[in-house]
Amino acid sequence: MPLPELVCPAGSLPSLKAAVDNGADCVYFGLKNDTNARNFAGLNFDAKSASEGIRYARAKGVKTLLAINTFAQGAESARWQHAIDEAAELGVDAVILADFGLLDYASRRHPDLRLHLSVQGSASNYEAVNLAQQLFGVQRAVLPRVLTLAQVEQVIANTTVEIEVFGFGSLCVMAEGRCLLSSYATGQSPNTHGVCSPARFVRWEEGTHGMDARLNGILIDRFSPDEPSGYPTLCKGRFEVEGSTGYALEEPTSLNVLPLLPELLRIGVAAIKVEGRQRSPAYVAQVTRVLRQALDKAAQGGRHADPLAMATLGKLSEGQQVTLGAYNRPWK
Amino acid sequence: MSLPLQLVLGPLLYFWPRDQVMNFYAEASTWPLQRLYLGEVVCSRRQQLRTQDWIALAADIAAAGKQAVLSSQALLESESDLKRLRKLIDNGDTLLEANDAGAVHLLQQRGLPFVAGPHLNIYNSDTLRLYGRLGAQRWVPPVEMSGDTVRLIAAANPDIETEVFAWGRLPLALSSRCFTARHYQLNKDDCQFRCLEHPDGMTLATREAQDFLAINGIQTMSAGCHSLLDELAALPAQGVRAVRISPQHQHLAAVVQAFAAAIAGQTPLADLARLAPGPLVNGYWHGEAGIALKETAHGCA
Repeated sequence: MPLPELVCPAGSLPSLKAAVDNGADCVYFGLKNDTNARNFAGLNFDAKSASEGIRYARAKGVKTLLAINTFAQGAESARWQHAIDEAAELGVDAVILADFGLLDYASRRHPDLRLHLSVQGSASNYEAVNLAQQLFGVQRAVLPRVLTLAQVEQVIANTTVEIEVFGFGSLCVMAEGRCLLSSYATGQSPNTHGVCSPARFVRWEEGTHGMDARLNGILIDRFSPDEPSGYPTLCKGRFEVEGSTGYALEEPTSLNVLPLLPELLRIGVAAIKVEGRQRSPAYVAQVTRVLRQALDKAAQGGRHADPLAMATLGKLSEGQQVTLGAYNRPWK
Repeated sequence: MSLPLQLVLGPLLYFWPRDQVMNFYAEASTWPLQRLYLGEVVCSRRQQLRTQDWIALAADIAAAGKQAVLSSQALLESESDLKRLRKLIDNGDTLLEANDAGAVHLLQQRGLPFVAGPHLNIYNSDTLRLYGRLGAQRWVPPVEMSGDTVRLIAAANPDIETEVFAWGRLPLALSSRCFTARHYQLNKDDCQFRCLEHPDGMTLATREAQDFLAINGIQTMSAGCHSLLDELAALPAQGVRAVRISPQHQHLAAVVQAFAAAIAGQTPLADLARLAPGPLVNGYWHGEAGIALKETAHGCA
């Protein structure tokens, strides 16, 4: 049984090196513009840093994946197509795309370029995955975080496309590619601008009730003086529904599949992805190291997650909380 | 002067009791609508009407002289979701609205034409052209798309009809988690179908009592009611051929009348804000936050 690849995030060259040095099999990154879904100030790569990162990774036998996973906007797709051309020129091992028009372009213009269907492509079932294979020759699909383990197994059983799943990181409670909450509040969403709850719309205000966290003026959360205040990610705020106030959609929490690794190996996932291109190199190093060790241990037949590894990942999680998310039915 | 716009009814996004659904469509089939979309788009657990019932209802509506379209479930997770989808597609007669690439795959394999629904993420001309090659006759842009972008894409694809979401709480997000069940501290598998108690969803307000979103099972909607009524006159020049009204629990006949009157070139008399299930919004169409309301000179809200 081949071990799933460990796919780690690189928001910067130091993060890329941290992932490579700590046991990633692949690193993924984006360009400095709205062609990728982590379009944040100070993040991502230009041609020079991308070349250097690819060289560094390749020298250590690590693959590089370029995420061009927003949707080209409007009548012309030139900026996104240019990003695909750039990826081919840079010589990355694959591009991660969500937009069917761009997948079509990439498969025609660069027939030798390996294509991965991004999680933003919302392929939650094997019919969707197989359509992307038939039309564009997609070789791997990243599944949205909506399926139970049994449903992931069902997808794998009905496709020859490699299946990649999320293993650790901030949890999107919504199906990826199918969430417009951010643009409803701010005018910018992951699909259109590569951002969710963008920082330029965030305002913290100290008031009589405590610390107010606002997004484009909308109160997303209010923290009492004894509470640590968090980033106002829309779906993780506290709201009032029919008289009860709380985390109506989701708590600040991270997905952690360590307890499920033996099962993920058994059902034959091709790759396990770590979220977090917006995180620091130190974070990437720690998470990569823990998951590398856990994967190697599971490969040798280890059935249980190491409590120390769980504790380390717990501390690196949003709100210091972890969940199995949709893999585990009761979460739904 | 009347406007060259079709008036159509989108799929029912809420979970209503069977009798109420049947009464609703009996009434709706008498309204000045060119097309009605039917079917369960949101949640596989909603089975007051089963797939076969929706197919039969579509046939009834076609017999009453309206075009019926069957809308497919937007988030497909299980093998039984796919089974129901195949049954819907193999209904023999009625056109499908595809709301997932999986549905597109099955339709394309059968050589069937379809409507590319708002959940397909068609954000540019190339992607729409590709879906056209696969069989799309008509498309509904993502609800977050601005009117200017719709115009550009429609102009580049004149052979594919453009239909826009023009009235109702906006379908903004889908999750595998049920937020209604979560509100009642129930598991989704034992949700007790509490959605039945909320025929327009449950409003989610900020802690400053601003109506912000609405929970509708696994779907999150806007609390605000998106309205393009005041924009109708400009839509044909933007390439729009049809406007979609989304079903709501009350006052829908009056909403349809207001749109029909505006399309006929009359000034709609209805006090729109009174007919809406939430505050009026239209920001998306103007390239702004969806929650924004841009007043037009002759705004009647």
